[in-house]
Amino acid sequence: MTILTDPPKESFRLSMLIYDTRYRSLTFQAITAAVLALCIWYLGNNLIQNLRAAGLNIAFDFLGDPSGYDINQRLVEYDSQSTHARAALVGLLNTVLVAFLACVTATVFGVIAGVLRLSNNWLVSKLMAAYVEIFRNIPVLIWIIIIFTIMTAVLPGPRAFRGDDPASSMLFGSFAFTNRGIYTPMPWFESGFFASASLNWLVVLAGLVVSWIVSRRITAWATAKQEATGVRPKTMLPVLAVWLVPFLVLMLVMGLTWEIPALKGFNFQGGIKIGGPLIALWFALSIYTGAFIAENVRAGIQAISKGQTEAAAALGLRPRRVMNLVVLPQALRVIIPPLISQYLNITKNSSLAIAVGYADITATLGGITLNQTGRAIESVLLLMLFYLTASLLISFGMNLYNASVKLKER
Amino acid sequence: MSDQTSTSVAFVAKDTIPPSPPPGRETGIVKWLRENLFSNIPNSILTIVSLYVIFIVLKNTMPWIVNGVWTTSSLSQCREVLNGETGACFSVLTERWNQLLYGFKYPVDQYWRPNLALLLMIVAAAPVLFFDLPRKLLLFTAVYPFLAYWLIWGGSVYVPLIALLGFVAATVVFQTFGKGSFAIGFFGAIVAAFVVWMVGGALIPETASENALLSPVPSRDLGGFMLNLMLGATCVSLSLPIGIVLALGRQSDMPLIKWVCVIFIEFVRGVPLITLLFVASVMLSYFFPPESSVDLFLRVVIMITMFASAYIAEVIRGGLAALPKGQYEAADSIGLAYPQAMRLIILPQALKISIPGIVNVAVGLFKDTTLVSVISMFDLVGMIRGPILASTEWNGVYWELLGFAALLFFIVCYGISQYSQWLERRLATDHR
Amino acid sequence: MKKSVILGALTVAGLAAGAAAAGTLDDVKARGKLNCGVTTGLVGFAAPDANGNWDGFDVGVCRAVAAAVLGDPNAVEFVPTTGKTRFTALASGEIDMLARNTTWTFSRDVDLKFEFVGVNYYDGQGFMIPKELGVSSAKELDGATVCIQTGTTTELNLADFFRANNISYEPVPIETNAEAQQQFLAGACDVYTTDASGLAATRATFENPGDYAVLPEIISKEPLGPLVRHGDNEWGDVVRWTLNALIASEELGVTSANLEEMAKGTSNPEINRMMGTEGSLGEMLGLDADWAKRAIAAGGNYGELFAKNIGEETPVGLARGLNAQWKNGGLLYSPPFR
Repeated sequence: MTILTDPPKESFRLSMLIYDTRYRSLTFQAITAAVLALCIWYLGNNLIQNLRAAGLNIAFDFLGDPSGYDINQRLVEYDSQSTHARAALVGLLNTVLVAFLACVTATVFGVIAGVLRLSNNWLVSKLMAAYVEIFRNIPVLIWIIIIFTIMTAVLPGPRAFRGDDPASSMLFGSFAFTNRGIYTPMPWFESGFFASASLNWLVVLAGLVVSWIVSRRITAWATAKQEATGVRPKTMLPVLAVWLVPFLVLMLVMGLTWEIPALKGFNFQGGIKIGGPLIALWFALSIYTGAFIAENVRAGIQAISKGQTEAAAALGLRPRRVMNLVVLPQALRVIIPPLISQYLNITKNSSLAIAVGYADITATLGGITLNQTGRAIESVLLLMLFYLTASLLISFGMNLYNASVKLKER
Repeated sequence: MSDQTSTSVAFVAKDTIPPSPPPGRETGIVKWLRENLFSNIPNSILTIVSLYVIFIVLKNTMPWIVNGVWTTSSLSQCREVLNGETGACFSVLTERWNQLLYGFKYPVDQYWRPNLALLLMIVAAAPVLFFDLPRKLLLFTAVYPFLAYWLIWGGSVYVPLIALLGFVAATVVFQTFGKGSFAIGFFGAIVAAFVVWMVGGALIPETASENALLSPVPSRDLGGFMLNLMLGATCVSLSLPIGIVLALGRQSDMPLIKWVCVIFIEFVRGVPLITLLFVASVMLSYFFPPESSVDLFLRVVIMITMFASAYIAEVIRGGLAALPKGQYEAADSIGLAYPQAMRLIILPQALKISIPGIVNVAVGLFKDTTLVSVISMFDLVGMIRGPILASTEWNGVYWELLGFAALLFFIVCYGISQYSQWLERRLATDHR
Repeated sequence: MKKSVILGALTVAGLAAGAAAAGTLDDVKARGKLNCGVTTGLVGFAAPDANGNWDGFDVGVCRAVAAAVLGDPNAVEFVPTTGKTRFTALASGEIDMLARNTTWTFSRDVDLKFEFVGVNYYDGQGFMIPKELGVSSAKELDGATVCIQTGTTTELNLADFFRANNISYEPVPIETNAEAQQQFLAGACDVYTTDASGLAATRATFENPGDYAVLPEIISKEPLGPLVRHGDNEWGDVVRWTLNALIASEELGVTSANLEEMAKGTSNPEINRMMGTEGSLGEMLGLDADWAKRAIAAGGNYGELFAKNIGEETPVGLARGLNAQWKNGGLLYSPPFR
């Protein structure tokens, strides 16, 4: 055992601020804090001086004033007498809508293209490679404009549907593809349980949730049975029945009918209208991001070593179960994190809606409201706050997922 | 003996049978087709569908491209020449070629300047991109930004010269004092650069820009694809050093510095570029001193650089995290100080791993430079959507223009991504 | 100046153009260039041609101001602005004046702190439709899809008009005139609405202008005029009186053809005061004596500018209408040069 002696007490010298690791970090942080404070003071001071010189102030009360403009696509009640805050809300919901739709379709495109790119069909894999390269290497803004131009310049206007011998006609007599958007039949209930349509849809949704719970139960029972006896009972038919029967019964009871769009006046009336800008943005974002997702999917599948597949085959698993039980769970761990960051990109790129006149939050709050009120600083700040919150929420979700699938190493 | 054989056996092969060629379906093109295109029924269906898709695409585009008209001066003339047939009016490209590439205000007789700058950029970028080239070329890379600035903006040669001198002074000071203590060298270098800039700035004669060798061009006059290239190149090269600092800051164990970097990175990555461009166009000028006005190009460069540096910081952080912990410990154990360890051990390896990621960020950023058209800057897309489509002559020519823009971006971005893949293959050998 | 040198070196570019706080007039003189905000392209009012030269009615006002202040009608830097960027560009000092068919409204004048120096075009919001729709009045537009340029007063007028008449419509917001044109021609909207002058200018660029008609209703007052920042009255005076000189010279019969002759001195004292041969109006403005002469020489008087850019002889083909001199029943009325 050695005896430790205290090192000789040093008196504090100024040079220790730089040379002594104990103080150095404090020194650097102090310098940073000073520089930071100086910057903030400088910028803030400039801002205040400029605003004072221009006679402006920062206030958010314009949000309560009537907006005075109309929005063509709204998911909640809105008219030109609503407030700017309401307009921002309409925009926000539209952003969420297009981002959600684009995330779903981009995933579908991406998975299909990614899997087909690994196909042993030479032509198909080359075609998919071409898709990925072409869409990845051209700016998304150009894609949005191109697809929007296709929408407006190639599809016929509603006028072409008019007359006894129209230049265009509706697909199956119920779908109209016009340059203002696509009109599809809208389902509604003749004899619903409630007067309000949305309540009826809630009933349908509730039915689906029940079906989902029951089918989960059936699957769990099958697994338990398999673990006990080694034989998995066939569950496909019961599951199918659990999903379909209640749904069909509900539809029958409530009297499902379709409202078919028809040309009246200037436009098609009735049915569901999916506006041209929404389609252009949705499709452009999904096909562009799909190309990136395809690469992620390919990389994810290729990351699973061949030994895994072979080992599963050696255990006697069938190819489908190899995919479901061995390859996919492992590949997903590689695929999901970049996938979610692609979802983040979709949300952020949806702000390009402004190029096609889709009323997302950038177009309402950061566009028309900003223009009409001249409240540039406030509007842009609110806009950034929204996107920041959205991104943080999505990355929070991603971190939760990452933590849950992390390899449990011991 | 021989008789016997000849009678009892009907046939005896006298020599070996030459190997017969494999059956037709197992050789050459047929085999390749069978294996690669028609191996089973689903595959055959896929092949036929793909062929049909290709056929449809070609059928619709080929006549359009082949019949293209290249020499008219307006859309109506072009339609007359086509006389009702399908065909493209590529003449918009030839007539507006200069506008598409340089914007509509850059002086025509000065086009050689951006051209030369682009050419020199390739020379300057070469030693960075390809490690095998002589390291001496890096000296030119260091001088290039100042040369390019002078070429494109023109005006007094003193401005870039003094800026360059400032950096040279900073380097000299750092080399002299940085050996003893990094901090002294670092802060000394900053002070030296500022002294040179201030003294130099005061020395520039007021009339310098009037009788300059190259006539000055205001940055508002930049446009077209040149603007995209310049924004891309400027912002990527500015954001690299900032990104490195941010990445190191985020890894730092000093809480204040760490949190400043984290907040900055997460904030910038959380908002779309377009809102940052709104900041540049409608907000940023409020943050500059009241009596100065910073032009739009510079404000956009500031915001895009911020944007890019946050992404590059994340890529480099990935590179830093990928380094085995042993490297950090080894550097510590041989007694290297933090700056030395970073400069000599960690960063060279981490940067090398991150190069493909950085190239990806650069490609993405280059594509995103088209967004400046939204804030009424006339880059390639802005030129197309603004002055060209609005003009009486070319009102209604979309496909030729958009196709041209897409093609230009595709060539550049595909080229860079091919480089990145080449690099990945090269770097893959020495690290695992 | 010192500050700008340091800042210039700091930004390693000198891109930061230093500007003294003295006043816009001195800034412009020191710079030798007038920064004038215009639209991104509206034929007849402001549009660049294939060589990048700007031309048009609003451009003419900019050139006149440049000629009056700097003596050179070409000493103008045209800054294209959209509906969104125009006010910030002016407020932040990026441009010295905005001549971008901007409507003079209370809130822009008072709340946004700008100063409208006059009206160079009395306009109103109209509707353009394809003739084949067979619509003859804006009140028949129930359910129509309407293209509008965002960030303009037309957007608000439109909402008011349809609300007041209790009919519905679907707005299609669009950033620039070029896109609106594209959408309208493709039939993506039934109606295009903007200032009547803008409609005429847009229609002039169509392949078959005859297939489209402008509806008789004018649903708003749109006095369009150049504007400057609030609080810089010297500069505001220069722009205001340059515009007035253009208007008054038409009234007084001074044209670019007889300008030299008139400048030698006439029997009309008002012309003499304007031309600087009598009195010292130029000096009061902080300019030299023949400022107005140069402004008129730049592109002619108001009538000449109108005829050359948007008049009935041009493809835009606008009648003088409200924009005739007051003597001819219009609203143009310049205060006296005295």
